[in-house]
Amino acid sequence: MQARHESPARPHVEDHGHGRHEPGFLGRYVFSTDHKTIGIQYAVTSLCFLMFGFTLMMLMRWQLAYPGQPLPLIGSWFGEARMPGGVMTPDFYNELGAMHGTIMVFLGVVPLGVGGFGNYVLPLQIGAKDMAFPRLNMMSYQFFFVGGVLMLATFLLPGGAAQSGWTSYSPLANINPGQTGWIVAMVFIITSSLLGAINFIVTTIQLRTTGMSFWRFPFFVWAQFVTSFLLLLAFPPLEVGAFLQLMDRLAGSSFFLPSGLVISGAPLNVAGGGNPLLWQHLFWFLAHPEVYVLILPAMGIVAEVIANNTRKPIWGYTAMVYSIIFLGFMSFIVWAHHMFMTGMGSAIAAFFQTTTMIISVPSVVVLTALFLSLWGGSIRYTTPMLFALAFLPMFGIGGLTGLPLGLTSSDIHLHDTYYVIGHFHYVVAPGTVMAFFAGIYYWFPKATGRTMNETLGKLHFWLTFLCMNGVFLPMFWIGLAGVSRRLYDGGASYAHGQHVLWLNGVSSWSAWIMGAAQIFFIVNFFWSIRGGKTVDKNPWKATTLEWEAPSPPPHGNFLHDPVVYRGPYDYSPRGYHADFRPQAQEA
Amino acid sequence: MSDTHAARAAHDPAEIDRHVRTYIMVFATLMVLTLVTVAVSYLHLEIHEAVAIALLIATVKASLVALFFMHLVSERQVVLSILALTGFFAVALLLLPVVTNLDHITTADMPVGATAGAHSSESAHH
Amino acid sequence: MSQELIPYITEARPDTGLTNGKIGIWCFLASEVMLFGAFFASYIVLRTTATEWPHGSSILNVPLATVNTIVLITSSVTMVMAWASLMRNDFGKYRMFLGATVLLGFCFLGIKYVEYSAKFEHHLLPSTNNFLAIYFIMTGLHGLHVIGGMITNAYFLVAAPSYWDHDRALLGHRVEYSGLFWHFVDLVWIFLFPILYLL
Repeated sequence: MQARHESPARPHVEDHGHGRHEPGFLGRYVFSTDHKTIGIQYAVTSLCFLMFGFTLMMLMRWQLAYPGQPLPLIGSWFGEARMPGGVMTPDFYNELGAMHGTIMVFLGVVPLGVGGFGNYVLPLQIGAKDMAFPRLNMMSYQFFFVGGVLMLATFLLPGGAAQSGWTSYSPLANINPGQTGWIVAMVFIITSSLLGAINFIVTTIQLRTTGMSFWRFPFFVWAQFVTSFLLLLAFPPLEVGAFLQLMDRLAGSSFFLPSGLVISGAPLNVAGGGNPLLWQHLFWFLAHPEVYVLILPAMGIVAEVIANNTRKPIWGYTAMVYSIIFLGFMSFIVWAHHMFMTGMGSAIAAFFQTTTMIISVPSVVVLTALFLSLWGGSIRYTTPMLFALAFLPMFGIGGLTGLPLGLTSSDIHLHDTYYVIGHFHYVVAPGTVMAFFAGIYYWFPKATGRTMNETLGKLHFWLTFLCMNGVFLPMFWIGLAGVSRRLYDGGASYAHGQHVLWLNGVSSWSAWIMGAAQIFFIVNFFWSIRGGKTVDKNPWKATTLEWEAPSPPPHGNFLHDPVVYRGPYDYSPRGYHADFRPQAQEA
Repeated sequence: MSDTHAARAAHDPAEIDRHVRTYIMVFATLMVLTLVTVAVSYLHLEIHEAVAIALLIATVKASLVALFFMHLVSERQVVLSILALTGFFAVALLLLPVVTNLDHITTADMPVGATAGAHSSESAHH
Repeated sequence: MSQELIPYITEARPDTGLTNGKIGIWCFLASEVMLFGAFFASYIVLRTTATEWPHGSSILNVPLATVNTIVLITSSVTMVMAWASLMRNDFGKYRMFLGATVLLGFCFLGIKYVEYSAKFEHHLLPSTNNFLAIYFIMTGLHGLHVIGGMITNAYFLVAAPSYWDHDRALLGHRVEYSGLFWHFVDLVWIFLFPILYLL
């Protein structure tokens, strides 16, 4: 309990020799150990990566909508090697696809949801002054940054970037150029998330303020807590896979190379005896929990925004918390449902089909609780609330379309078609990304002391919402018609897919319009930092602890140590003078 | 005053002496078990027995290290919970080889896989 | 870091009874369990689906590895003795035992070097077969862990006097964390030894 009573800004304790003065520019913005600065660093960096990854996809969408036609205007920017005459080569298409997936998942959504929102909001919501290990926190960002830059830099290497999809299946990934850089960058990113996860777990357990018991956590904190365990325990198997693949590529081992492999008519000169399925197991052992790493922070944000804007407590808070804990457990024993078609056998497929059906239950519980929370509320349709509301049906569509993929018999038809792409994008893009936008609009006043512009925000919302569906809804029809994903020509050579190919154009144009619509967000974001309406520390009239701190919170966060007296969502309490009673309000 | 293991022990020399005696006993046991496991390997047992014995000895040794050197025997609830969780997921991880081999195990007419691997490692002895 | 901001660095939080670092190091070890667990799982998959797999002792040097096992277990004991000496406020013995731990680490790496060079001399490489490949990656990664543990232990040997003068409690905690990592490295080797060399 030492030093609780001291003012946080007072330089009292020496930091191993060098006394603490006001930090300079580098100390404040680049090598900061303050969780809020690191959170913003994470958020801004990952938003840039998201935009970059989205740009790669907008390029691909040209090839899908107009296969073989030269890309107008900017086609000549990419060089004769990659786009001779403005038409992208199949190799370049593969690079774009692999890097789009990698960047969106590992450099965009996870760092934004965990590194960005988690770092900024979690310590504030539990009443902590900082993360438990601030220097590790800084290193976590630095590893992420270096890994991200390395990942983008692989485009400039002689072999180009990775071309084997974000899943990097061996043996294809063993022989494609560019994969080595992908692996090295991934090791940096994995290290980053390991450091982050340890920090989150220790902070949540140890740095809760007085009165903040686990059952008084806002749902967002629970979501981050469960996510951290998934990151901590699911990433190492992928790291092992990465090491083994690196050995295959650099030391000539054959972990993932079976005997008698023939490539382009020539037998591969390796010892052989390896097992290509092993890569898929190691990969999906990470990547299924990773799906929940993508979605849980989003659920957390949506719960916060919905409680605040319906002005009533979350319905079924306890059930939601138990659901996501159960979800965390189950997420480790469903991975092979990504591998039904690998010939791994029907007995084990039945097992994973069953666990997959079971894991859909807690997601439905969370979604139902959030829907029911709307019932009878006096809803404020603010921009964050619109995004949060859009999350519900979008995530619902994404989740429910996953069920046919989790059943082995229907998966035979749907596997590796555009239906799969539609399904998981509905979870991650219209789902998670919409929730993240909600979070940005919601916590922007905390980070800057100003609100974002509502008109621009609503314009951004409606365009994004409509275009999101324009991009991904057609994919279900394309996929049901049997068009395979990862086709360079978008299915133009498929006789049975001809009647749905026009939908590729709908999808592409929606993507480009959505890309343009983000200008409203970018302008709003930067303009509001200086020009937004100044607000007090609690503009949304919210109950959770982050709103007790000044906006923006100073180093050390709170002016007085907050003490928590009640649960997180005491909205519209009976017989109280206001329609919200903050957690730190004395009884 | 705090009551962590370390701090508690620091104020009680008798407890530390007791610790040290335990360490030396554990050390002796580990040495004996190491020699036993090497000795057993020279008996050239059948592969299933050899695996069972070697893993049993290794598990006992690892448990001794974890319980006494790493003080798990007197560790706090939070750490034990985190480790129990990890144990669950580590078991899930060991499903991985089962998953790759289950159909070979349950189906008698499968020629390759688990059985082939076991045979070859068995024949390597002779 | 600024202790004014972060409590429970040297004192335990009353309700959990733990310091931050203790939970931190155990979380790290939990992820290490999954790392090596995945290696062991991969080993089993590779071995059971391979058409041929050599017996470890027909390629590897069992006597050397036995000596190495003994070296590593001994270093675990000296590590824990170093911590116990610190708890008894016996600084001289602390340095002696921790120094011995680092030296035994060098000893382990030296023997490993002899083993590796013998393999390279006979052109037994990761590309030879998957048994050697997994032998090299598992022992290699374990070796990196040994080096990591040695570096932290060496740091607590060199920096100990200044800790001793300023913050003895902190030194006690940090040596304990470093020890936990070192014992874990030992624990991994206890499994690696029979799996790679004896079976």
